[in-house]
Amino acid sequence: MIHSLFLINNAGDLFLEKHWKSVISRSVCDYFFEAREKAVEPDNVPPVIRTPHHYLINIYREKIFFVSVIQTEVPPLFVIEFLHRVAETFQDYFGECSESTIKDNVVIVYELLEEMLDNGFPLATESNILKELIRPPTILRSMVNTITGSSNVGETLPTGQLSTIPWRRAGVKYTNNEAYFDVVEEIDAILDKSGTTVFAEIQGVIDACVKLSGMPDLTLSFMNPRLLDDVSFHPCVRYKRWESERVISFVPPDGNFQLMSYHISAQNLVAIPVYVKQNISFFETGSSGRLDITVGPKQTMGKTVEGLVVTVHMPKVVLSANLNATQGTYNYDPVTKILVWDIGKLNPQKLPNLKGSLSLQSGAPKPEENPSLNIDLKIQQLAISGLKVNRLDMYGEKYKPFKGVKYVTKAGKFQVRT
Amino acid sequence: MTDSKYFTTTKKGEIFELKAELNSDKKEKKKEAVKKVIASMTVGKDVSALFPDVVNCMQTDNLELKKLVYLYLMNYAKSQPDMAIMAVNTFVKDCEDLNPLIRALAVRTMGCIRVDKITEYLCEPLRKCLKDEDPYVRKTAAVCVAKLHDINAQLVEDQGFLDTLKDLISDSNPMVVANAVAALSEIAESHPNSNLLDLNPQTINKLLTALNECTEWGQIFILDCLASYLPRDDRESQSICERVTPRLSHANSAVVLSAVKVLMKFMEMLPKDLDYYGTLLKKLAPPLVTLLSAEPELQYVALRNINLIVQKRPEILKHEMKVFFVKYNDPIYVKLEKLDIMIRLASQANIAQVLAELKEYATEVDVDFVRKAVRAIGRCAIKVEQSAERCVSTLLDLIQTKVNYVVQEAIVVIKDIFRKYPNKYESVIATLCENLDSLDEPEARAAMIWIVGEYAERIDNADELLESFLEGFHDESTQVQLQLLTAIVKLFLKKPTETQELVQQVLSLATQDSDNPDLRDRGYIYWRLLSTDPVAAKEVVLAEKPLISEETDLIEPTLLEELICHIGTLASVYHKPPSAFVEGSRGVQHKRLPPRAGSGESTESPDVGQSGPSEAPPAVIPSQGDLLGDLLNLDLAPPTATVPSVQPSMQMGAMDLLGGGLDSLMGDESDTLGGDIGGSPSMGAGLGAAPAAMPASLGGAPAVGGGLGDLFDLGGGVGMPTGSYVAPKTVWLLAMKAKGLEISGTFARRGGIIQMDLSLTNKAMSVMTDFAIQFNRNSFGLAPAGPLQVLTPLSPNQTIDVSLPLSTSGPVMKMEPLNNLQVAVKNNIDVFYFSCQYPLSLLFVEDGKMDRQVFLATWKDIPNDNEAQFQIKDIHLNSDVASNKLQGSNIFTIAKRTVEGQDMLYQSVKLTNGIWVLAEMRIQTGNPNYTLSIKCRAPEVCPFVYQCYELVLKN
Repeated sequence: MIHSLFLINNAGDLFLEKHWKSVISRSVCDYFFEAREKAVEPDNVPPVIRTPHHYLINIYREKIFFVSVIQTEVPPLFVIEFLHRVAETFQDYFGECSESTIKDNVVIVYELLEEMLDNGFPLATESNILKELIRPPTILRSMVNTITGSSNVGETLPTGQLSTIPWRRAGVKYTNNEAYFDVVEEIDAILDKSGTTVFAEIQGVIDACVKLSGMPDLTLSFMNPRLLDDVSFHPCVRYKRWESERVISFVPPDGNFQLMSYHISAQNLVAIPVYVKQNISFFETGSSGRLDITVGPKQTMGKTVEGLVVTVHMPKVVLSANLNATQGTYNYDPVTKILVWDIGKLNPQKLPNLKGSLSLQSGAPKPEENPSLNIDLKIQQLAISGLKVNRLDMYGEKYKPFKGVKYVTKAGKFQVRT
Repeated sequence: MTDSKYFTTTKKGEIFELKAELNSDKKEKKKEAVKKVIASMTVGKDVSALFPDVVNCMQTDNLELKKLVYLYLMNYAKSQPDMAIMAVNTFVKDCEDLNPLIRALAVRTMGCIRVDKITEYLCEPLRKCLKDEDPYVRKTAAVCVAKLHDINAQLVEDQGFLDTLKDLISDSNPMVVANAVAALSEIAESHPNSNLLDLNPQTINKLLTALNECTEWGQIFILDCLASYLPRDDRESQSICERVTPRLSHANSAVVLSAVKVLMKFMEMLPKDLDYYGTLLKKLAPPLVTLLSAEPELQYVALRNINLIVQKRPEILKHEMKVFFVKYNDPIYVKLEKLDIMIRLASQANIAQVLAELKEYATEVDVDFVRKAVRAIGRCAIKVEQSAERCVSTLLDLIQTKVNYVVQEAIVVIKDIFRKYPNKYESVIATLCENLDSLDEPEARAAMIWIVGEYAERIDNADELLESFLEGFHDESTQVQLQLLTAIVKLFLKKPTETQELVQQVLSLATQDSDNPDLRDRGYIYWRLLSTDPVAAKEVVLAEKPLISEETDLIEPTLLEELICHIGTLASVYHKPPSAFVEGSRGVQHKRLPPRAGSGESTESPDVGQSGPSEAPPAVIPSQGDLLGDLLNLDLAPPTATVPSVQPSMQMGAMDLLGGGLDSLMGDESDTLGGDIGGSPSMGAGLGAAPAAMPASLGGAPAVGGGLGDLFDLGGGVGMPTGSYVAPKTVWLLAMKAKGLEISGTFARRGGIIQMDLSLTNKAMSVMTDFAIQFNRNSFGLAPAGPLQVLTPLSPNQTIDVSLPLSTSGPVMKMEPLNNLQVAVKNNIDVFYFSCQYPLSLLFVEDGKMDRQVFLATWKDIPNDNEAQFQIKDIHLNSDVASNKLQGSNIFTIAKRTVEGQDMLYQSVKLTNGIWVLAEMRIQTGNPNYTLSIKCRAPEVCPFVYQCYELVLKN
């Protein structure tokens, strides 16, 4: 099982270590540093690194490497999932998961890690349970603690720990009972030069914020559940009922959680909301090039496209860009070679255009590779797959809750080749 | 108000200050001090000097303070074992606390203190906690057993904790069950042979119930545990699959992958024509695709596993090609894996898409990725024949880009395409030659030189091209040098007139100026070939090459099978069996896929044959007709020994054919055989060992020199000690039925050794080598005791006599008739089968003389039903002569009575398998007909014993 955890920042400083079994010398991280060196970019560090006596499984989140050490055969996914859970818990507790917040809350971090694993076996990873065991720091609480001398460690056994619904604690009470659901869809797509879709799929999640008293039993149904053939549920969802009736029946955890995620595959037709006309060319001589990009709406279902951003990874030889944007602002970073054009709202009447010249390093040969464009966008009140929630029913409690559903579509890994 | 203040004190007397604070009277100050200590500890500062002071804070009602002290204890107890003892009392007391949280915390912490003295005190509290009323405590205690086992395994066994742990599998609380399974699995890993996780249908049912209710982590442990179970039949397998399938929709990818493992494994048992089998296949695709939309690290592990799954069952993901398309911002390790899977999934249906993608990738920034993409285009061409032309034109396009590494990579793969489709795409050679100068990598240069040499007759200036390489011969890498040498020799053989000078130049460079032995040797070989027999040289150098196969990087099927059983583990990420690299997994058992149920399967597809059961006992062979069929099915393809230069790997293959193929029939005997059978090169090794074994087994027949002489004739000349009868040889295998090999033979027992005397005659036109022999299972377990000693190749029309010692320790199966023996003989041409019958006297042992009293008692004891009477006619011997003659064949006369001119001989015989046969022979003087009564507990041997009497007495 998981033996130890080391947290390492981007500069290569090891700033926290935790051992769940015997202590392993931190020199084991040298193998990690070696791999880190080789990978150049932090994103490219291989997730599983073999050393003579151990295996290092790592993830890279928020500029921190979470490096875990294992000694025996352990499912690597189990370790990676756990590390993600650690990062999420930090995020949940401290608002952000960064080196400074971890250092600021080192005792809580240590207590959390101790609660999350016992001898390498996961113990309590549900944020509801953890929060009952160890209360998250708030300014108010730390002031109260200083004055009264009380601590932020729970004295009672977390109720959820052993019930058949470990995700929910008993005795929840709210004055305003409310349940909100966000249907968030991301389009992952690759478009080729001519604008044809090479590949497109939709990754959707339904995030929930449920603040209901007691033990509510909810049922969520869709207008068109047939769209969903590949789903992953939060453990609270009764899979049998989904299988038989295509409704989502569950006793919700308290607070924010991800109810389900789904995947609409490349085989179904995925609507692409925008098109991009682009022409980026470099001249054989003169160390220069031209750039001309226009973005226009395609299948937006009558909604407005917002937050439109085009990012271009330029070849290394591009020194600067002298462009003119009809809408929004552009910025070229000569160090990272990334051109960012922040357009904002897409106006179908007057299509935004970015045009101008690029200057290259003099004497360098014409770049061989084609830069590729990444698109970022957002469409409110639309789930691009067409998924619609039909109704939400509550059983088990008497009060009438506020209910709400919100839809939003975003670009995920949306890439245009040139 | 953050914890960073704990890091700020850097003054010299830090430890001293902390010490004072820890001993403060004020609770708040104490707690702050402990926090400071913990903070220092987390960043690796040594605060062990404060041990006694921190332990003093342990007696507190404040749970947080207690936890902090526990944290500290766990870290430093090892370095301060004597001090740690001070904490024991508090632990024991805490284990009895009213609050289950404290009980659990105490037992958990105690398990983490790796100090022997403390461990002893842990046993009693642990025992109580394992039976605690609160499941939270029980589940913590279950893990504690695993911790304790890690520290002191013996103690855990002695204290019976393992049994308690096993009982917890039936606990009412699913979390307790999951933790018990996890703990047992971890313990089992260090005890590979223990039967800790004794899975039976009942426990499986409990696990499946717990699976639905426990946490995601518990589900992983339970699924992994389920995967090691072997269902009894396909129905059980199906019901487990049905109950595991919902896990495929879990949000935790580790749960999903563990579920995939269980399904992939148990699916193997389901009949393929079952509807459910198809449903299951369909259900597997979406979760695998979903894994690819997760974080890159998860994707990587998923991709490595998908790589295995695609090789085992390509049908699952054959429609999902697009999800493997590479995205610009994928990390490089994901890109490379995706590319690999794309090629595995490439087929005629999707090749156009794949090629378009690959071409796109070839213009990316990352050099490693671009190279791999170009290589992938070549692999597509080789894999999908219809696409070859497109691939070649795509490669030509890429060469036009003139990007140096793309061109080089393209040339390397075009060489492979030439090897796969000879004489088809030679038109591109001109384009390739244009890029000759830009090649600077050895592999690309070697590939280009190969192409020039291979197609020298179509390239006008081939000699000039090769000559240009020759100038810097000494600076080239060995790979290029060797290739250049061969290419120039090829060129010379094709255009001898203009290139004489060139070839002499390269030969002298290779043989005289080089200090590389490989190069020199190859140079000399060519030289001699060319100087002695240019025709032969042509045949050797310009020989037709075997086509390269489409997939060279497939994982070998047995390894693949094992890896499928290890989906989701490190083994699956490294594509190596766990035994190869995981430390601490001493003697991991090799997992195999379960055998498929259903009898109609055996002929269905080759992949079933590969995944067939190895543990399953060899099938009983019902009748001879079927047997021959079965023997023929044993995948004994004829080794292609016609190639003059036999590669060692070929020989290994040939050896395996018999050794492995007949294994299932031959059982344990095949070990000795398999090892010694071999092709001519490996025969040498086999022989080295053989002489040592021969004298022992031929002890009784000293005149037999190495088993080569004509034993039959020698037998007559030297004389057997007891003169047992040996029948003349009969023909067992006709030459016309065995591609020219004729075998005749007989059996003999000499000095207690059973021998099979064989004459092998070569009636074919070519030399026969590599002889080997095996027997099918037979009634008395006869099996070769050594290899078949045919030392020299058998030339046409030559006969060799061989004597093969036999043992009776082989596997036993009753044959019809009882003395039937089925034999397989292999040589370099094929494997042949025949059957023969041996006289039962072969099995009469030397100590077969029974005591009189025992004889009487036994005779009475055997029921009269078992008695058989026979007439032996036309014997003109008196009773004493007959008795002597019989004794020579180990039929012993125990007593003789004469009643009314009738001699009654009482005789006993013992068979090698311990069966006694008793006989009464009545000889009336003057009557040539003897009456024989035979009694035996196994009456079926009687007729064969009678046959022996007749044979012995008549000869």
